[in-house]
Amino acid sequence: MLRYSMNRLFWFVPTMISIIILTFIILRLTPGTGVIPAGAQQISADTIARLERQYGLDKPLLQQMGIYIWNAARGDFGESFAYRPQSVNSILSRTFPISLKLGAYATIFAVVIGMTLGVLAAVNQNGLLDYISVTLAILFYSLPNFVMGFLLILLFVVWLPNRGVSLGFNIGGLEKPIDWVLPIIALGAAPLATIARFTRSSVIESIRSDYVRTARAKGLRERLVIMRHVMKNALIPVITLVGPIFAAVGTGSFFVEKVFNVPGMGPYFVESMVAKDQPMILAVVLVYGLFLAFMNLAVDLLYGVVDPRIRY
Amino acid sequence: MAESQARVADRTVVGVPAPTVGPITDVPEVARRLSGLAVGGELVAHRQRSLWGDAWRRLLQNKMAVAGLFVVSVFTLIAVFAPLIAPYAQSEVVDYRLARTAPTWLWPMGLDQNGRDIFSRLVYGARVSLVVGVLSQLLILAIGLPIGALAGYYGGKVDNFIMRSVDVVYAVPQILLVMVFLNIFGPGLVNIFIAIGLIGWVTLARLVRGQFLALREQEYVNASKVAGAGGSSIIIRHLMPNSLTPVIVSLTFGIPTAIFTEAALSFVGVGILPPQASWGQMVGDASHPGFIMTDPFMLLFPVLAIGLTMLGFTFLGDGLRDALDVRGSD
Repeated sequence: MLRYSMNRLFWFVPTMISIIILTFIILRLTPGTGVIPAGAQQISADTIARLERQYGLDKPLLQQMGIYIWNAARGDFGESFAYRPQSVNSILSRTFPISLKLGAYATIFAVVIGMTLGVLAAVNQNGLLDYISVTLAILFYSLPNFVMGFLLILLFVVWLPNRGVSLGFNIGGLEKPIDWVLPIIALGAAPLATIARFTRSSVIESIRSDYVRTARAKGLRERLVIMRHVMKNALIPVITLVGPIFAAVGTGSFFVEKVFNVPGMGPYFVESMVAKDQPMILAVVLVYGLFLAFMNLAVDLLYGVVDPRIRY
Repeated sequence: MAESQARVADRTVVGVPAPTVGPITDVPEVARRLSGLAVGGELVAHRQRSLWGDAWRRLLQNKMAVAGLFVVSVFTLIAVFAPLIAPYAQSEVVDYRLARTAPTWLWPMGLDQNGRDIFSRLVYGARVSLVVGVLSQLLILAIGLPIGALAGYYGGKVDNFIMRSVDVVYAVPQILLVMVFLNIFGPGLVNIFIAIGLIGWVTLARLVRGQFLALREQEYVNASKVAGAGGSSIIIRHLMPNSLTPVIVSLTFGIPTAIFTEAALSFVGVGILPPQASWGQMVGDASHPGFIMTDPFMLLFPVLAIGLTMLGFTFLGDGLRDALDVRGSD
């Protein structure tokens, strides 16, 4: 296990370098260099050329990549084009922890409620909870998440308080603990539905296995059959998904953070791409990529915990 | 005990009449059956019925699956016969002054922000959205399943190389990759679903790999190996059928995701071009903060269309999985 983990950690280096190279190529294939805001006029070609020289964009692509990788290895991700003179490091060190914390809560929320709902839906196949899990999945996937956030605000901040039911929700900032509730629900809703559906179908498959029949035949209580025998074997797809889900919600969501005024890093994913803010794009992609690589390592190690027969 | 043997045995154990299996005399046949190669259901199949025939019969017995099949068929017919069904052309402005008229008898789903008939646009939008939503999932299946299978079955260096590549593709924002693809190959419906498919297989590959890692250690796989089955035969006959469950769920979730990806692409100008209609774009237009409060009907109908499509495929997918599972429900 330790040897396998060390090997995987070593592979983080080529993975990250590949991500940098691929992102550089993609950015080269899209128009503009992003040193000036899109649509900005009356900026002379001289100024643009000077800015591009200043940021090293006039150098050959390979040399740019080399310089970037060298700097990134030392923890320097440069200066944002769109938010200069702020450095990418200062923006991310301010916003990433907030997104991470919110994402962690949202993931826990999604996993706990989603798996519970999934198991209950599976043991009551075609029952009420089963239909609730289907409905939630369809609702959260057919409605764009900003509409979802909007509806949550309408419900908890406008509609219920107007009818005398105030739960004390605010929008704007995360000052009181209760302020976290709505963003967590908005962020965790779609993952919750995903986890519930995957749990349900895996549990249904697992329930039909022979060892479950054996466990029942020897008189084990149903709760223990589900917990000990069914869940263990149904967990693989759920674990597979939870890794990338945590990486995705832990790096923030554009819409959820915009709707609820969360000062996280989610908006930078979209805004940096709209502005073609190269240092920012590379940094958010790398943070996400590294997070994802760690989560996928954790997923693989968890496989071994759930099913000790699994080797790699 | 190998799982397939156990399956045959337990039919008698629980009192379900065991299917009649003729006396087996030739030794290779015994080895073949005992090795578990008969997992496809041959042992439980009745005379003259194939796995697929049996599955189809079971599918039609499942009410939810039939409902799903019905919804999917109706939507497909609507897409095919759109010009015959829609009262207006998809970009035809009924009356600009009547923009955002709520549903009436004349316009059952109302008029949109440009005074176009929402019902007609929904009917035409089915063409784009079903092609993008469904065909992209078939492409994802065609790419993700074999890649995940190879990584999961062979493990080791093969797995490491494939999964690290998946990590790279996964990390780079998918919408950027799709945009670059469309910039190179040009916009258009076919290129959109190809782009979504070429980039969206990573989740499926990871799911399949996870299943395979666990399944390849099962006794019946060892039994097959001992009986001399090769890698491809074990993958196709044993591991793939047994890892269908997460695959089907993943594909049903992929449909609305692809529909919205198309809308995002159109929004940045590399998708299909307005005024051509698609459900994702209609949701996007209706989600405008200025409309969402005053004219929620504009949002309602395209969301219902996407939701119903997903519902249809979910029920169909669940039914298909149950139908293909020879163990049946008990």
